[in-house]
Amino acid sequence: MIRKHGIKLTSATILILVLVAWQVLPTALDVPRFIIPTLSDSVVELKRMWTNEGLLGHILSTALYTVLGFVIGSLLGAVMGYLLGMSKFWEKVLSPYILALQIAPKVAFAPLFIMWFGYNSMPKLLVTVLIVFFPVLVNVLQAMRTVDRDLVNLARAYSLTRLGVFWKIEVPSTVPNLMAGLRIASTLAVIGVTVGELVGGNTGLGYLISYGGGQANAAMVFNAIILLTVIGFLLYVVLERIEERVLHYLPKSQH
Amino acid sequence: MALEFSEVSKSFPTQGEGSLLAVDNVSFRVEEGEFVSVVGPSGCGKSTILSMTAGLYQPTSGEVRVSNELVTGPNAHVGFMLQKDLLLPWRSIIANIEFGLEARGVGREERRARAMKELEHCQLSGFEDHYPYQLSGGMRQRAALARTLAINPEIILLDEPFSALDAQTKLLLQNSFAKTIKEAGKTTLLITHDLSEAVLMSDRILVLSERPGQVIAEIKVDLPHRDQPIKRRVLPEVGEYAAQLFKHLKLEEKAA
Repeated sequence: MIRKHGIKLTSATILILVLVAWQVLPTALDVPRFIIPTLSDSVVELKRMWTNEGLLGHILSTALYTVLGFVIGSLLGAVMGYLLGMSKFWEKVLSPYILALQIAPKVAFAPLFIMWFGYNSMPKLLVTVLIVFFPVLVNVLQAMRTVDRDLVNLARAYSLTRLGVFWKIEVPSTVPNLMAGLRIASTLAVIGVTVGELVGGNTGLGYLISYGGGQANAAMVFNAIILLTVIGFLLYVVLERIEERVLHYLPKSQH
Repeated sequence: MALEFSEVSKSFPTQGEGSLLAVDNVSFRVEEGEFVSVVGPSGCGKSTILSMTAGLYQPTSGEVRVSNELVTGPNAHVGFMLQKDLLLPWRSIIANIEFGLEARGVGREERRARAMKELEHCQLSGFEDHYPYQLSGGMRQRAALARTLAINPEIILLDEPFSALDAQTKLLLQNSFAKTIKEAGKTTLLITHDLSEAVLMSDRILVLSERPGQVIAEIKVDLPHRDQPIKRRVLPEVGEYAAQLFKHLKLEEKAA
């Protein structure tokens, strides 16, 4: 208990130190506020953004597309992972292309999507879907390959059909890896949306970053980055909670 | 007659060309209610025999019959258990015991009732809502036995179910298995490398040679207390039977 307390206390102390340094150091070192704004500058700017720039709308838009892209991308990734996991043949046939697509920098597709779909929400959604898709796919596929053969044999000996084996053995066996893939994907989803918004469009926190950057308003950029981090963090925490619920059957040390 | 192997051979394709003969012309019978052990050196095809009985592989030649029916695939007559308990970690104990019944069109309530009954037989009452990780190795094996018994198989196949346990747990579990199996009147085939275990638990022991596995001896264990290995253990004849097995497996020559 004391140990746990100590961790929290130290962690909070670090946060306070960083905030104090942020407030004091730029002025002390004579760094102009358009390079590094202080904490109080940023808070003032945050209030201004809230009243003048319709900040709430931007936050909600970014959050919405993060979640939407995450859900669609991970659904597609999981479905594709399970399908390929069921067929050795297709897995072998498609794996070089999957690897190639996985290596290709997904954010670089953003301008292309804008050319195809125009300045609307479609490009950022697609970038997010694409970036989320792979970690989920790869994790599921990897887990499908390593399902315990003895469990599958047991199920077969109990006369389960192929579909029965899939739902009762393979899916539950792969859930820990699926959850790990989703956690990675959740952190990437924010990147996808941000890049989409940076490159085109006039809504979202990513847009505020490029807008603020254009005006040499560093405080606006700072605020947008922090808010993006908060969105990603919240998504991650929600997933962690879900994971804890879903994987309750694992001994605590294992996850 | 519950199980019959007639002239069964099994070879597996190896990497590249050629194949590996695992079991060579094996014939034996197991009568109803009998407890037969199969012993032999490692890699002698013991587990292959078990997998063929369970219908997971087909013999390359020869026939395997269970309850006079030719085994052509996984079937309802056989329940099997391995060294690993293979409990599904995401299911509670009771749901694990029900697992085998789900593919057999048994209704939800009947499944639960049958599972609870086996849970009691295997001395696990009160643990139905626990998850496998919360149980000790011995209890997990008992849960696996309950799952095997729940489908009411005619034959139980045990593939070294005690080999991963510590010595004391092993003794207690052998005793509890022997008792449960005797009470249920199940025909049992036990694959083991533990010679004394074979003597303590069986009516009859089949000795296999090194690969390719062939039956080189068949020993009838004429001792009381098949349902209580702990009692059988202290009988002086146990040592003689073990010595016979030693001789057939040529363990002394190998040690020299």
